[in-house]
Amino acid sequence: MTANSSTRRAPFLALYATLVFGFIYLPIVVLILYSFNRDGVGGFPPRHLTLNWYAQLFADSAIWDSVLNSLIVAAGSVLLALTLGLLAALALDRADFPGKALFRRLVLLPLILPGIITGLSLLMFAVFAGMPLSLFTVFLGHGTALISVATTELFAGLQKMDRAQEEASLDLGATPWQTFWRITLPNLKLSLIAAGLLIFTLSTDEIAVTFFLIGRDNTLPLEIWGRLRRGITPEINAVSTLIFAVSVGLIVIWYHLRARSLGGRSQELLETPGESS
Amino acid sequence: MSASAANPPEQSTTDGAALLEVRNVAKRFGALDVLKNISLNIASGEFLTLLGESGSGKTTLLRLIAGFEQPSAGEIWMVGERLDILPPYKRRVNTVFQNYALFPHLSARDNVAFGLRVKNTPASEISGRVEEALGMVKMQGFAAARPCKLSGGQQQRIALARALVNRPQLLLLDEPLSALDANLRKQMQSELKSLQREIGITFLFVTHDQEEAMALSDRIALLRDGALEQVAPPREIYAHPATAYTAQFIGQTNLLRGEIRGSIATCGALRWPLEETDGPVIFSLRPEAIRICADGKRQTNEVKCRGSIRQQLYGGSSELLEVDCGSGQTLRVRIPACGPLTGEHEFIFSLADAVRVQE
Repeated sequence: MTANSSTRRAPFLALYATLVFGFIYLPIVVLILYSFNRDGVGGFPPRHLTLNWYAQLFADSAIWDSVLNSLIVAAGSVLLALTLGLLAALALDRADFPGKALFRRLVLLPLILPGIITGLSLLMFAVFAGMPLSLFTVFLGHGTALISVATTELFAGLQKMDRAQEEASLDLGATPWQTFWRITLPNLKLSLIAAGLLIFTLSTDEIAVTFFLIGRDNTLPLEIWGRLRRGITPEINAVSTLIFAVSVGLIVIWYHLRARSLGGRSQELLETPGESS
Repeated sequence: MSASAANPPEQSTTDGAALLEVRNVAKRFGALDVLKNISLNIASGEFLTLLGESGSGKTTLLRLIAGFEQPSAGEIWMVGERLDILPPYKRRVNTVFQNYALFPHLSARDNVAFGLRVKNTPASEISGRVEEALGMVKMQGFAAARPCKLSGGQQQRIALARALVNRPQLLLLDEPLSALDANLRKQMQSELKSLQREIGITFLFVTHDQEEAMALSDRIALLRDGALEQVAPPREIYAHPATAYTAQFIGQTNLLRGEIRGSIATCGALRWPLEETDGPVIFSLRPEAIRICADGKRQTNEVKCRGSIRQQLYGGSSELLEVDCGSGQTLRVRIPACGPLTGEHEFIFSLADAVRVQE
């Protein structure tokens, strides 16, 4: 019965799915194709393939400066968010304190706050603190906004961990500090790597928060955005293709690590809001 | 109710060489009294078992001694040093956890070496002691394996080696055999017992399995609702249970409820002379103390009764009979295997086997 009805529905489902996936992925395919098109963004279908745009891209020092800026900000954000996120996750997992429920929600709030709110409030903070806008303020913005991502991931890792292991460690004569370094952290290794990759990816393509906090040095997304105002160039297609490739690589690694560290458990609240930042 | 008071001799015999002294320890979780005024001594080299149903507080007492919980009242002392104020890592006590709690990211060898490493033992000494500990549990061949590659029994052995390598004064074992299947459990019981004899370390063993407790222990401390019901060697606790609860928990028994009046004890259909003051009374009578009286003869110190066999449960070497003695009294009788039985028989038991117990 069910097999019968599902085969009858199948053609429509397939068509619907094709349309949805086409809508999402065709632009990306076009973008990648045109990055190899000699005639740039004009002319359909692309006739003469070339690597010229990539050659031009690799010679473009402004782009590479912005890539470097993005990497610096992302690396710093990973360190900052993981450190503070680990402390928050430990507090949520182990400590009992008044206002814990409120704290949990506050820590997770940046996940659902629109980037424009986060960016604007951080900008006001920087202004009040008398901090000149620079990559440093961007790093602070990303690092703090992404603490929620780190907290969620690491909290899930801590919840999964068998607490008896830490008791066993204390029992065997390890101090709490030794126990943290030798038992707790190694147990969180996969969660730490997974969270780090995700934070890195989210930071490198972040625009809204960055836009409010940026000084003179551009990150890659802002550099691209700035150039787009002067029209689409094939070089942008080339750099976008590279970003796409690296992102897909990182996401695949992240997904595998997460699946391993969670042992097939559900993905919890991270999945949907992660896109918004 | 508190039968620990009913048994002062056992307590005092160990006082001289007490390794661990639990003094009036209580533990409350919120409104819940998990342990109520526990006093218990453990002698050096002893194998003592904390026996009790789940929720009786036995694991909590173990965790208090290990240092994972703080007593709400009372003190714990070990060889002249107060233990309960020390953090777990400063106590010369090691634990074998119920689910082993092996470190999954370390090999079996590194698991065993952990306790020595964190105390900065010289590397040359570590390797020797680790090999020795792995040898004790016959696991030299698995030293390089991660815990997830080991069977339950093998993990159990590594957990044991990991604790023993530190040469603790006292080893705590929290239901260490409960996760193993029946055959393996029997085998590990025997190995555990001989290991304890060999190395002479004091064992404090927690279990809910009274057979296991009887087989392994020098003494059993029976816990009930957070209080000590009775502390005694297995043979004594079986032969002379202090309370009805103990008699029922340790082995099978017939609880005979009745009264004494005018130097006659009456329990249902059974009556016999007894020089005690009048009042209600409970006796514990083990099923194997009752036998079928073939010739009808009775000594003066024996009690005889007629009963019809209501049910016969065959147990290989023995038979368990449920005998209806009239007046609503049922006796359980264990006799050597003898083939099917029916109808009425005469049963007989010695007065000495009817042990008077407290409620």
